[in-house]
Amino acid sequence: MSNAPAEATKAEEAPAEEIDLEPANHIIDKYLTLPGNLMPVLQGIQDEYGYVPRPTIDLVAERLNVYPSQIFGVLTFYAQFHLKPRGRFIIRVCVGTACHVQGAPRIVETFFDKLGIGHAETTPDLRYTFEKVACLGACGMAPLAMVNDSTYGQMTVQKVDQIIADYNQRPMKK
Amino acid sequence: MSENAAIKILICQGTGGVSMGAKEVEAEFTRVINEKGVNATVGKRCDVIKTGCRGLCANDVLVDIITEEQGRVTYDFVKPEEVEMLVDEHIVNKTVLEKRKAKPYYNTFVDQQMRVVMTGCGQINPEKLDAYLEEDGFKAIEKCVKEMNPASVIDEVKKSGLRGRGGGGFPTGMKWSFCAASPGHHKYIICNADEGDPGAFMDRSILEGDPYCIIEGMMIAGFAIGATAGYVYVRAEYPLAIERLQMALDVCYEKGYLGTNVMGLGFDFNLRIKKGAGAFVCGEETALMASIEGERGMPRPRPPFPAVKGLWAKPTNINNVETFANVRHIILRGAEWYASLGTETTKGTKIFAVTGKVKHTGLVEVPAGMSIREVIYNVCGGIANNRKFKAVQAGGPSGGCIPAEILDTPVDYDSLIKAGAMMGSGGLVVMDETTCMVDVARFFLTFTRDESCGKCVPCRIGLKAMLDILERITEGRGQESDIETLLEMGNTIKKASLCGLGQTAPNPILSTVKYFRHEYEAHILDKRCPSNCCKELLLWQVVEEKCVKCGACLKACPVDAIKWEKGQVAELIKEKCTKCKSCYDACRFMAIE
Repeated sequence: MSNAPAEATKAEEAPAEEIDLEPANHIIDKYLTLPGNLMPVLQGIQDEYGYVPRPTIDLVAERLNVYPSQIFGVLTFYAQFHLKPRGRFIIRVCVGTACHVQGAPRIVETFFDKLGIGHAETTPDLRYTFEKVACLGACGMAPLAMVNDSTYGQMTVQKVDQIIADYNQRPMKK
Repeated sequence: MSENAAIKILICQGTGGVSMGAKEVEAEFTRVINEKGVNATVGKRCDVIKTGCRGLCANDVLVDIITEEQGRVTYDFVKPEEVEMLVDEHIVNKTVLEKRKAKPYYNTFVDQQMRVVMTGCGQINPEKLDAYLEEDGFKAIEKCVKEMNPASVIDEVKKSGLRGRGGGGFPTGMKWSFCAASPGHHKYIICNADEGDPGAFMDRSILEGDPYCIIEGMMIAGFAIGATAGYVYVRAEYPLAIERLQMALDVCYEKGYLGTNVMGLGFDFNLRIKKGAGAFVCGEETALMASIEGERGMPRPRPPFPAVKGLWAKPTNINNVETFANVRHIILRGAEWYASLGTETTKGTKIFAVTGKVKHTGLVEVPAGMSIREVIYNVCGGIANNRKFKAVQAGGPSGGCIPAEILDTPVDYDSLIKAGAMMGSGGLVVMDETTCMVDVARFFLTFTRDESCGKCVPCRIGLKAMLDILERITEGRGQESDIETLLEMGNTIKKASLCGLGQTAPNPILSTVKYFRHEYEAHILDKRCPSNCCKELLLWQVVEEKCVKCGACLKACPVDAIKWEKGQVAELIKEKCTKCKSCYDACRFMAIE
């Protein structure tokens, strides 16, 4: 949450993006009559595009009849929403209590060193996004890392190298 | 699942199991059994059943095989390549593979517990309604409607002594009666599954392992209060729980267990999942309701309480997952039975997520009132790596630390609060002599500072200021007045914050100062970290007297900063060292300081 405001200002400086609004319209149609529909709509857009592009915010504002400022308020409050494109591989390292006690900070620092990016940042080639997460709820296997949907338990500094070597080989296309 | 199936193969598929490859193990079992025609060979049906979490996630993938001859046998750490051997030996030849069986400690871990809420977890297939019905599913709601009335249901829950399992411990029956007494026809039931506490995962395991029992618990609450609609607010970080709960909801709607005229009993109940979006503060009830309404999740002052004016200004009743999971057992087995478990003030069982430096981490359900010592030593096998116990952190970021001298504290709401911790969601993080209490306090404060919503000043500014002081202390720039300042600020924040997050956030600091003041003083006055944990205060040298010349540190070092030869004391080259602490962790003899 602490990084969100910075992200927001950067997003406003960015030039207007050209994106296909068709999927966003579909998502809005789906939730149009639901009370409290702002969050599900934004979550749907986030899942669809991988982030919440600026043009979709204006679209949602217009169609749901809410102020863009209110939408920005929601987007920057919750950790789950992103205003910038994210990497093909999202590396999450758990820094929950159990993982912290078992040495997660070192795993985080090793990733920082190897990837050259910090928390909630994306590599310029859009291959990796790195995030620290509060707790992934698999404390039995601490310290824990995840890449997209794959979980890696009992992490060590050596395993970080293996993971990055592995994902460097993988194609950028889904 | 059919009655005459003689052989059952239960494969644990909680999040832990799935990430250790349970899906592959299941596919392999199915393949081997089909290809070999095992059913025909043994003359019985073999059912491969996926189940929820059994609690000992560190040993996943756990597989139970139940046969007539052998009873129930558990194998742990099962890999897909071993499956064929297990089928051949255990099922076809009917011999137990002693070598691959779970070690005796697994049975100790299971036998020392008392499973009430988690009876279904790890026993039934969470994706099959029939499996739940076999376990007397939906019998409790039937009993409520046919044999009782809303008032007597609330009375039953009151008599049972059930208290809120979200951590606050408010009597559930009382809460229900407030909401039931509120005027209006439109009321809501909300299940709080926004389990944001780092180190707690019992709610997730119940949702993944037995989603129908939550639905039933909420129906009973709905019947008692007169609510016809409900929400389950689940953290977005729990995709598997959301998927299984959604599956359960769809089946219930299809089969008439939800919707209008539920089960033909003459009342309506609708449920919907609401996905959270990553904010710890949304576990606070007023913030949670704001989040459902599509706003920023900011708490508001109470009163008005949700029971009077909650979601969309309608009377609303909010309970935690584990609270709802208790309800059907109370109705089916009676309030007297439930009240016979536990202590004077805390009834029933409580699930704890025991993590950190214990031998066996996992979920443990015990009768309330068991001592913390019993939980850690009897159930979870004590401290890992033969190290010394230092403290246990109970109740997550809002709880506190319990040192060795009061380890015999029973785990109930009041004793824990007396000890300066709290039940919280039920996370117990065990710490040994290598854990620095100042660092732990800093860790929790970093978390609560990040997660503070920023609405009220004491929490927004106060936590940041406290964190600055703690960071200074861990970097060796502490001042003598710091401890007093921390205490004063902590008490102020507790008194002046708007919601539970701020009111409890200073607890980890206050309790560590109370019990481990000497550690703070060592950091501040001697510029030393007694646990050798705070990097800035380490000397980065090998203690010759302690070094046993084993070379473990050499293997661990990622940057070749250790010089070691057989039979020699190791040497640390400071120029190369990146202070990563790999060597320190690898050393079993505390020979690096």
